[in-house]
Amino acid sequence: MKVVVFTKQTFDTEAKITLDDQGKINPEGVSLIINPYDEFAVEEALRIKEKTKGEVTVVSMGGPKAQDVLRQALAMGADRAVLITPELEEMDEYTTATILARAVSRMEYDLILGGWRAIDDGSAQVAGRVAEILGLPVVNMVIKLEIDGGRALATREIEGGSEVVEVPLPAVITAQKGLNEPRYPTMKGIMQAKKKPMEKLALSDLGLTAEEVVPKVRALKYFLPSPRAQGKIVPGEPAEAAAALVRLLREEAKVI
Amino acid sequence: MDFTIPEEIMDMKRTLRNFVDNEVEKYSQQIEDEDKIPQHLIDKAKEMGLFGMSIPEEYGGLGLSMLERCLLLEELGRANMSFTTYIGAHTGIGTTGIVELGSEEIKRKYLPAMASGEKLGAFALTEPDAGSDATSIKTTAVLKGDRWILNGRKHFITNAPEADIFTVIAVTDREKGARGGFTAFVVEKNFPGFYIGTIERKMGLRGSHTAEVIFENCEVPAENVLGEVGRGYSSALKILSKGRVALAARCVGACDKLLELSVRYAQQRIQFGKPIASFQAIQWMLAEMATDTEAARSLTYRVAWMVDQGLPVIKEGPMVKLFASEALGRVADKAVQIHGGMGYMKDFPVERFYRDARITRIYEGTNEIQRMIIANRLLKKFEI
Repeated sequence: MKVVVFTKQTFDTEAKITLDDQGKINPEGVSLIINPYDEFAVEEALRIKEKTKGEVTVVSMGGPKAQDVLRQALAMGADRAVLITPELEEMDEYTTATILARAVSRMEYDLILGGWRAIDDGSAQVAGRVAEILGLPVVNMVIKLEIDGGRALATREIEGGSEVVEVPLPAVITAQKGLNEPRYPTMKGIMQAKKKPMEKLALSDLGLTAEEVVPKVRALKYFLPSPRAQGKIVPGEPAEAAAALVRLLREEAKVI
Repeated sequence: MDFTIPEEIMDMKRTLRNFVDNEVEKYSQQIEDEDKIPQHLIDKAKEMGLFGMSIPEEYGGLGLSMLERCLLLEELGRANMSFTTYIGAHTGIGTTGIVELGSEEIKRKYLPAMASGEKLGAFALTEPDAGSDATSIKTTAVLKGDRWILNGRKHFITNAPEADIFTVIAVTDREKGARGGFTAFVVEKNFPGFYIGTIERKMGLRGSHTAEVIFENCEVPAENVLGEVGRGYSSALKILSKGRVALAARCVGACDKLLELSVRYAQQRIQFGKPIASFQAIQWMLAEMATDTEAARSLTYRVAWMVDQGLPVIKEGPMVKLFASEALGRVADKAVQIHGGMGYMKDFPVERFYRDARITRIYEGTNEIQRMIIANRLLKKFEI
C-alpha cells in the first residue's frame, strides 16, 4: 500500500509569538517542530507500511528549513520525501491545497494522511480541499484506522461520542490526538535519513503559475491578543462590596 | 577552527532533547520515589540505539566519534542523572575495555548484544582498600588449565545489580603488582562463583544502583582476558581516561538544565514587587552559571576533538573531568540558592540535581587524583 502524508512545519507549542515592524508574525528565533497532528499521521502511515509492506512518501510545503520536518519523518521510517517551495508572498488554504493536490496527482497512492489541523493557523481546511480537488472521500479527526483490502474503516470523534465510517480507497484521512503514540526516530534512522531521496520542487515543476494559485483570502491585519488585565478585589462588608462592584462595572468597566 | 555541528548530529540532539525533556522528565519524581527507572524508559532508550553510542558500527553500534558522542551525552545529561548514569556507565567504562582491548573473537561475542542494550556492561576496579590508590587491589586471578580462577571482592560498582558483562581488574602476579602484575578480564554474571553483594544506600542517584561484586573461585575462560596478561593496570587507566571526557559532557548537560530552570524560576518568582531576576545578586549568579557551563562545554569539545585526532590527553582528560564536575557543583549550588526555600524541597528538581551532582567529583577518579595527574605531567614536562 502506498501512503502519502502531508506534513507542515509549525512553531513550537511553547513559542512566544511576536509581530515584526511590518505587522506580520515574526519567525525569528522561534524553534520549529513538525505539526503534532501530522506526526500522528506519519506514525499511522508507518504502521500501515509495516503491516502491508507498503511505501510512505512525506510531502511538505515551505522553505529550506522545512527539510527538518521531512528528515524527521524519514528518520522515523518514511521512504521518500518531497519538498515543495513555491516562493510566494501570500498564500492561503486554497493556494496550499491546489499545489499539494497537483503534487499528489503525479504520484501513485492508495491513501493520503495528514493532521486534522495545523497548530499554527488552525484552519483545518487543507486536507479536505485536497480531497475535493482530487475527488476523493475524506474522513476527519480519526482516532482509529483499519485498512482492509480496498477499504478503510475509520473511527472519528464527533460531538459527545464517536462514529465509524467506511470509505473506499483511495481516500483522505486526517489524524486526531489519540490515533497513536508516535515513535522517536532511532539514532540509526537519523543516520539513514540522509541517504533517502528528497525531491525538491518549485511551482513551475508542477506546471503551475503564481496566477493560478493566487489566494482567495487576504489577511488585513495581525494583532496579538490583548494582555489579561490584573483582577481587582473589592473589599468590605458583602452589601457594601456588592454596591461598589456594581458601581465599578457600570462606571469603570462600562459593561452594565 | 570550525564549531559547526553537522546536521545529522543536530537531528540526533533534537530527538534526544525531546525524549529527555518530554519523556524521561515525566518519570523523574517516580524514579526518585521508587529508586527504580521504569523499564519502558530503558526500552525506549534501547530502541533509539543509545546503548550502542560507544560501539563501532561493525558490531552493531552507532560508530560515533568521541566528539559526536559528547554532543549526544550533553542532551542526556539534562535528564534525571540516574538515568544518564545507567546509560553513561554502560557506554563509557562498561564497554570501552572490550572495544579498545578485546580480541576480534571477544568483540564479536559481546559487543552486538551490548550495542542493542540487551546486555548491560559494568566496570569493576575499586575495592574497599583500593579507591584512589587502585594499585592496592587484592582480588586475585590464578590460571588453572584453560581457566582463570578469581577470588576477591569489588565494591561501589555502578550498575552491578543489573549488569550482565563486567570488565574486571585482578592481580595475576602479586610480586610485580601494578607494573606487570594486573590483568583485565571479561566476566559474565552467570559464570560459576560470581555473586552480587550488598546494594549500597546512596546520597543521590536514586534509580542507579551500586553494589559489591564478589568472586568465590569464579571461573573465567582463558580467552576472556582483555588485552595482555600483566597489562591490566594500564588497561584500567586507558578505560578510565576515555570515560573522563564523556562524563564531562554529561556534566555540561546537567549544568545546562540547571541554568535553564534557574533563569525561568528567577523570572517567575516575585519578591519586593518584582521578579527576582531583576536583582543584581541573582543576575550575577545566573551570569556565573552560564559562564561556567560554557567554559566546561568548550573544554569538553576540545578534549573530545583531541581524542578523535588520536592526540594524547593524559593531562587534558583529567582537566576536563575536574573542571566540568566542579563547574556542575558550583552551578547546582547556585541553582538551589536562586530557588531559595523551594530549592531545598523535593518537589523541585534542583534539590535532586544538587545531591546527584556531588558524586561527579568523586567517581571515575576523584578530583584529587585528577589534580595529581595534571601536576605530575607538569612537573615532568618542566623538570629541572
